[in-house]
Amino acid sequence: MSGDRLTLRAWLMMTPLLVVMLAVVGWPLIDTVRLSFTDTRLIGASGNWVGLENYARMLTSSRFLETLKTTTIFAVGSVGLEMVLGVLAALLLNQAFYGRTLLRALLILPWALPTVVNATLWRLIYNPQYGALNALVTQFGLSAEYQSWLGEPGSALIALIIADTWKNFSLVALIALAALQMVPREITAASLVDGAGPLARFRHVILPYLAGPLMVALVLRTIEAFKVFDIVWVMTRGGPANSTRTLSILVYQEAFSFQRAGSGASLALIVTLLVTLLACAYTILIRKAAGSAN
Amino acid sequence: MKLFIRSILAAAAMGSTMLSAPALAETKLNALFMAQAAYSENDVREMTQRFMKANPDIDVNLEFVPYEGLHDKTVLAQGSGGGYDVVLFDVIWPAGYAENGVLVDVSDRITDAMKSGVLPGAWTTVQNDGKFYGMPWILDTKYLFYNKEMLKQAGIDAPPATWDELNEQAKILKEKGIVEHPIAWSWAQAEAAICDYTTLVSAYDGSFLDSDGKPAFQAGGGLEALQYMASSYNSGLTNPNSKEFLEEDVRNVFQNGEAAFALNWTYMYNLANAGEDSKVAGKVGVVPAPGIEGKSEVSAVNGSMGLGITSTSKNVDAAWNYIVFMTSQEVQDGYAKLSLPIWASSYEKPEVTNGQEELIAAAEKGLAAMYPRPTTPRYQELSAALQVAIQETLLGQTSPEDALNAAAENSGL
Repeated sequence: MSGDRLTLRAWLMMTPLLVVMLAVVGWPLIDTVRLSFTDTRLIGASGNWVGLENYARMLTSSRFLETLKTTTIFAVGSVGLEMVLGVLAALLLNQAFYGRTLLRALLILPWALPTVVNATLWRLIYNPQYGALNALVTQFGLSAEYQSWLGEPGSALIALIIADTWKNFSLVALIALAALQMVPREITAASLVDGAGPLARFRHVILPYLAGPLMVALVLRTIEAFKVFDIVWVMTRGGPANSTRTLSILVYQEAFSFQRAGSGASLALIVTLLVTLLACAYTILIRKAAGSAN
Repeated sequence: MKLFIRSILAAAAMGSTMLSAPALAETKLNALFMAQAAYSENDVREMTQRFMKANPDIDVNLEFVPYEGLHDKTVLAQGSGGGYDVVLFDVIWPAGYAENGVLVDVSDRITDAMKSGVLPGAWTTVQNDGKFYGMPWILDTKYLFYNKEMLKQAGIDAPPATWDELNEQAKILKEKGIVEHPIAWSWAQAEAAICDYTTLVSAYDGSFLDSDGKPAFQAGGGLEALQYMASSYNSGLTNPNSKEFLEEDVRNVFQNGEAAFALNWTYMYNLANAGEDSKVAGKVGVVPAPGIEGKSEVSAVNGSMGLGITSTSKNVDAAWNYIVFMTSQEVQDGYAKLSLPIWASSYEKPEVTNGQEELIAAAEKGLAAMYPRPTTPRYQELSAALQVAIQETLLGQTSPEDALNAAAENSGL
């Protein structure tokens, strides 16, 4: 069979899927782009064409810039912590010890927990009157008084990052653990014989095997962290004083609470664009890393 | 012949069962309620069961969301072509709903008997521009709850009649070491904070908007209300965690005996005073929220809610029947422990008043003084801006004046 015919057949076989994808992904996307150039409200009469006004207003508004900053801090903080903790947990679970299988199975629990459940649990832990965290820090003498973890702008964002990290570091750990299984024993054994210390072994022997899979985890987690909505919505609803308002919450507020579908759409597209740019940058990095490894 | 008659009878019997079977539950209603405060989810389910028993041809499907999701869920369903027939709505939404045609105008369906039987204040909940968009259902305002035992311990004879008195009494309680933070409020970045703020605005005789519909809360009573909140917070008389509390947090703190005073809705009275998990059962007192000398006797926010029919409903008659049943005096009187009836004559019935005479006495004054939150189609934006203003002030990030000026600018009005 010639290559052309093979290609044709492949496209023909993919057509049903492509039609469905276009209908459920493509059409809403195109409609969102159209909406973003109008002043349409969520309900009521259809809006008028306003050109780039929505974009101009959004990009210059202080709330967009503040929200972008908050989202970036959240994404960098939680993804950074998740990567470090995930790799450490994977290294630990890669050691041979009694009960390892049980721990490996437990590792998946936080990740399998629905985000809303996780957020509610952490809300209870952070509760200013009865929370476990307050009991812990006062009993250890770290603080004399109960703290309002989610009530202060400084601690609220950190509290969110920790809650998100607890849930998602296990995904990174699972990916890293799988990658660690690929490291040939001969090489680690040889490096031991050559007298490499633990740090050197990690840096020069293990990390090259981890880099590729970790990059994938990094891309996935960064994109998700940038789009974060549910954990914030359940725990702080963007408060106190908007200090934990992320981009997705701003989109929700604009489009649904304030019913400005047009400007909400423009904001949603800006977020999409940002995430796409991030994903592209990562992809280029991964390709470069793969190229240099070969 | 006999056989013939018998077979006709049999056929008729079969025919009738065949006809009546699909007649059961031929109309399906979807109703959206909230799962917090006032009537509990179980109460609403029970009432609905009774309605379906009396109307076997109507099947009501119930959905419950937290208050915080009620508005957006209603609007979203409407935007995507409907889904609900009956929706619970807050007193602040009819203006926006009317502008966007979310609810059916039911002015013609409201009978004279309803008009004369229901308390006049309750009707404001469902009205906009003289039209009726439903029936009032939950008649509610914020009351000042107090712990009788703590006040007695501190040698205080009577609960405060003014907001200044509240501060004085709280100070005594704090100084005597009876309670660390005497007052609890719901000041989280949510609508709950606006309800507390509105109560104070009504006390200070302020106004949200001027006659042109422009913000007017930055000066006068609106400013004084926020200044009161800030000073109460900064003095330590208010529980500092109030800035992340919703109503249920306030109830928890109060019924655990960790507050002497709390501002909350009707539902807290019986839960705190007679609830199994309450540590202050039998010690709960309730009075209308206090006033300001020379300005007001008592203060109150209109926190009532109504039931309406969405304009996308295809079963408007059945939906109205359901609403009439749910808001009927007979049903409301039976559940008066968590939410007081909208019917004037209910307040003379022992089944309603027994065991909650104090609450009824407070309601008489409070309900009469109910102050509305601003009526504007842009309410959600205004409320969000004010919530942030309150939080920024409490956190000490800005002064009450600057916070309210910024809120006026961001209010979308």
